[in-house]
Amino acid sequence: MKDATAAVERVFREEYGRLIAALTRRFGDLDIAEEAAAEALVTALEKWPQSGVPANPGGWLTTTAGNRAIDRIRREKQRDAKHQAALMNADHTPHEPTGPVEDDRLRLLFTCCHPALAPEARVALTLRLLGGLTMPEIAQAFLVPETTMAQRITRAKKKIAAANVPYRVPTAADLPERLGGVLTVLFLVFNEGYLATGDGDPVRAELTAEAIRLTRILRRLLSGEPEVTGLLALLLLTEARREARVRHGQLVPLDEQDRAGWNRALIDEGHDLVRECLAINQPGRYQILAAINAVHTDARTAADTDWSQVVALYDQLTRLDPSPIVALNRAVAVAELDGPEVALALVDRLPLTGYHAWHATRAELLRRLGRSGEAKHAYDAAITATQNTAERAYLTRKRGELV
Amino acid sequence: MTHYLLAVHGPAEMGEFGNYGSKEAMEEAFAATDAFNDRLRAAGHWVFAGGLAPASTATVVDGQGETPVLTDGPYLETKEVLGGFWVIDAPDLDVALQLAAEGSKACRGRVEVRPFDGLG
Repeated sequence: MKDATAAVERVFREEYGRLIAALTRRFGDLDIAEEAAAEALVTALEKWPQSGVPANPGGWLTTTAGNRAIDRIRREKQRDAKHQAALMNADHTPHEPTGPVEDDRLRLLFTCCHPALAPEARVALTLRLLGGLTMPEIAQAFLVPETTMAQRITRAKKKIAAANVPYRVPTAADLPERLGGVLTVLFLVFNEGYLATGDGDPVRAELTAEAIRLTRILRRLLSGEPEVTGLLALLLLTEARREARVRHGQLVPLDEQDRAGWNRALIDEGHDLVRECLAINQPGRYQILAAINAVHTDARTAADTDWSQVVALYDQLTRLDPSPIVALNRAVAVAELDGPEVALALVDRLPLTGYHAWHATRAELLRRLGRSGEAKHAYDAAITATQNTAERAYLTRKRGELV
Repeated sequence: MTHYLLAVHGPAEMGEFGNYGSKEAMEEAFAATDAFNDRLRAAGHWVFAGGLAPASTATVVDGQGETPVLTDGPYLETKEVLGGFWVIDAPDLDVALQLAAEGSKACRGRVEVRPFDGLG
């Protein structure tokens, strides 16, 4: 019985995004869509443990939720106009895993990431409505109290309804600008899974998987956009190293990772996508980051890494995005090519004293230069600045090794 | 269709040429705003619009008691006040934001877009 309930919940989470997207298209209202989806879950929890999971669980949930929504609208007489509209929109086509259903999810993604919404609300709404994460899970991922997160999501949904935020994929003219916001959200969702904040698991595989799944959908629908391909390649090549990245609760840096533990299938797919981007030749931020990861995952050992290629790619990225974070990552590659002293001079100039990776990079470079006392201070600062448990454990070990 | 208020905010203290640095800048903004108004009418978005006299000309009325209490000046003392507005009709927020961007460029001010509540 407990297993059956868990199975229902798993299927429900997998189907949640398409369910909400289809219901929103049909009823034009996020609250109705969410209420109907919740009622369909209750019905599934009653029925499936006895009757078994239906052959087409997504179709079953969509039909059931659609009927519940119509029941609800019927009960609320003042919504008569919406009831009529919904019946006229009735969608009798069977549930399909591809095609218009995925268009619905893309519409929902662009609605959740609308520039009129606050950036933190975009991420939260995407995780809630497309990812099917619960309010406590989202609150935990962003280290805010549940009530704060609930208010943030409620306010964003109210704004969507009251301001009449359209439920559609933007026009070709608006797409480049709007797509950037969507890619940022997907990258943030992935990163929160890859280097989780807080005292819980250092890696949240369900968040990285969700970001990859949504990016795959985006790519299927916008295959001509090389930055979408670039982001997918970047996420796959990063995800491929996930298992090797944490050992005994400690972060394992790239040069110490067991490369046999990397996921070859994901790496091969990522490399294919990077080659596809190179052929299109319209480089963008995510494509360059993917290319850098392709160089790393191409090397059989850490020592085989083509660092001059990595530095060249960071130079290209710097021209697009001259931010101190890019400069910091470039300096790490410069250290391999020109030595730690050159790199440290670059790092010390950057205004990143509040950023854990800046302190960790300084610590590493100082250690290699034999400046142990300064390295210890830098490790201490890095440990204080990070909230990821595995990164803390790694930095603490490195600090302990200093004499 | 949704009704939106496009509110133009500007400094509470007006100079010789209103919010503008020179006579030319003021006249250019007025002409551009007139042209934008014509486009709103032609496209069927126009409901109502107007520029407001300076906030110092405002009077606040509190009629909740037995006799109304009148206070000279605006309701809030702030550096930025509502200087003018459009009420438009648009199919969705994306259209309203696009029109607000055009209006902002025409009148040379920042524009707040806010939907009317309910069926407005």
